[in-house]
Amino acid sequence: MSRKLLEVKDLKINFKTFTGLVQAVRGVTFELYEGETLAIVGESGSGKSVTCNAIMKLIPEPQGIYAGGEILLEGKDLIPLKERDMTKVRGNDIAMIFQDPMTALNPTMRIGNQITEVILKHTKLSRVEAKERALKLLELVGIPMHERRYKQYPHELSGGMRQRIVIAIALAADPKLLIADEPTTALDVTIQAQILELMKDIQKKRNTSIIFITHDLGVVANVADRVAVMYAGQIVEYGTVNDVFYNPKHPYTWGLLGSMPDLQNNSKDLLRTIPGSPPDLTNPPKGDSFAPRNEYALAIDYEKEPPMYKVSETHYAKTWLLHPDAPKIPVPESVSKRIEGYLREAQTNVN
Amino acid sequence: MSTKLLEVRNLKQYFGTPKNPIKAVDGINFEIYEGETLGLVGESGCGKSTTGRSIIRLYDITDGEVLYQGKNVHSSKSRNELKQFNREMQMIFQDPYASLNPRMTAGEAISEGFNIHHLYKNKSERNEMVGSLLEAVGLNREHANRYAHEFSGGQRQRIGIARALSLNPSFIIADEPISALDVSIQAQVVNLLKKLQYERNLTYLFIAHDLSMVKYISDRIAVMYKGKIVELGPSDEIYNHPIHPYTISLLSAVPLPDPLSERKRKRIHYVHEETDNNASMHEVYSNHFVYGTSDQIHRWKN
Repeated sequence: MSRKLLEVKDLKINFKTFTGLVQAVRGVTFELYEGETLAIVGESGSGKSVTCNAIMKLIPEPQGIYAGGEILLEGKDLIPLKERDMTKVRGNDIAMIFQDPMTALNPTMRIGNQITEVILKHTKLSRVEAKERALKLLELVGIPMHERRYKQYPHELSGGMRQRIVIAIALAADPKLLIADEPTTALDVTIQAQILELMKDIQKKRNTSIIFITHDLGVVANVADRVAVMYAGQIVEYGTVNDVFYNPKHPYTWGLLGSMPDLQNNSKDLLRTIPGSPPDLTNPPKGDSFAPRNEYALAIDYEKEPPMYKVSETHYAKTWLLHPDAPKIPVPESVSKRIEGYLREAQTNVN
Repeated sequence: MSTKLLEVRNLKQYFGTPKNPIKAVDGINFEIYEGETLGLVGESGCGKSTTGRSIIRLYDITDGEVLYQGKNVHSSKSRNELKQFNREMQMIFQDPYASLNPRMTAGEAISEGFNIHHLYKNKSERNEMVGSLLEAVGLNREHANRYAHEFSGGQRQRIGIARALSLNPSFIIADEPISALDVSIQAQVVNLLKKLQYERNLTYLFIAHDLSMVKYISDRIAVMYKGKIVELGPSDEIYNHPIHPYTISLLSAVPLPDPLSERKRKRIHYVHEETDNNASMHEVYSNHFVYGTSDQIHRWKN
């Protein structure tokens, strides 16, 4: 078993707004091992980006409040750290790749300088050495003619190339943890596939741990070792990719899987949708926050919040349906049919 | 076979100077039949959005013809003819955050078309029409008095759809209508588009880069690359038996929610082969067209 790098324990983040206190993250617990990729999936507003910004300590204070919990990076809690100490962690230990490569780069700075800036800040290298390292990074992230690109400005590059630059900047100080917040959402499928390959390749070479935020389940299946499904500020299902994709237990996960078109079975039925919209987190509903949108909701869902049930050593889900006394509800047919299809195909490929 | 609704013949749309033109759309041909959905896919910059915008007259085309029910869309028209044409063909835009006027209520945005075409006698009639449209797209009548910022992305896209439907068109161009939305919301909007198509006998040109949704919603798919349609055929056929190497490469990049197959995924790189003047559309199988020279087609088929 590899070493535990990050441990988030019962993290709670609130925001003060003029309509009241928004409970954006409501007790999130997960851990991350070295060289592993954890994908966090969920709809907009489910708290996945806030969780990751919290790990980077990028929650704007005083509106944002760390209301509880711990963020342990190699055993050291980040929450009480002062801003001055945190700047040493950022870039050095944890780095972030943002969603929109169009806005994440400084338009008035040459690409080379944006990379060496990070290197000079976090290492004792001289300018010449920093430039050498920056050029190596450009090569690593697959930028052709890197000598020339080094002197160019962001607007001279395409979206995919810019995202590669953002990745190069994130890697500049050799971080142990890379947080990627929807890094491919703004990109084309072909470019997306290239960026995903690049990230997996870098992970293999450097044993970096990655937290990958996305709402695209196809991307999750491609990159993740483990998956956390978030809903209304909480993790509702947590397990290895195979657990979550082939043996989903939470009705919300069923909904997410069902809302993607099933191409294998060539089904033209209406897509399963999750009715309604996520709850208002200034006043989270009593009981299970997913209950109002859940066609399988039980009476207890409106009364009491379900605990995290253990499905297997690696697989957990937060739903009353897993209580021993709950009625046995099978996975909806549209989802189970597709899982069977995938597994059957995997079988035939083996034989 | 149902009737031809739209016919695009040798459509060209160049930008920039005549000496050094940027050939956004470079001589494409296709037809859309009544009641069907044609999916148009390709990477950004391949000219798919430009095609949609040229068809609906948002650009003056460089060359070629667009025939709607046999009538040339781009020929000079009187004011009344133009108005009539605008009622037939409408567009749904990509970004529901940018395509709605923030100073208008949903009701005003939807009823703009009614005002221009003088389709109501009094206010209560107009409110009735707006209300029924809002209900048709799954919103409430009360939403008419709210402003765009009060809605979520999915709800805004529903308003965009209601606006497109307001004049009762028969042909709708949907330019990446779901790419800015969450997965579960995407499914809601796609289901809505399908439902409306069924109820109102609409014909869609569905432009997107997400092949999985396009495959699901379309009857036929056209794949564009560098301003040309490189492959066109029934969606199952394109998805299961692609012939053009670009289509194969594009399909190999679409991630599926299936970890076991994703682990083994091998992306196929596309190496563009320059085509000379001999290249043309070949009907490889029935209704399945591929662009290239006869040599290339022969090679790709085997």
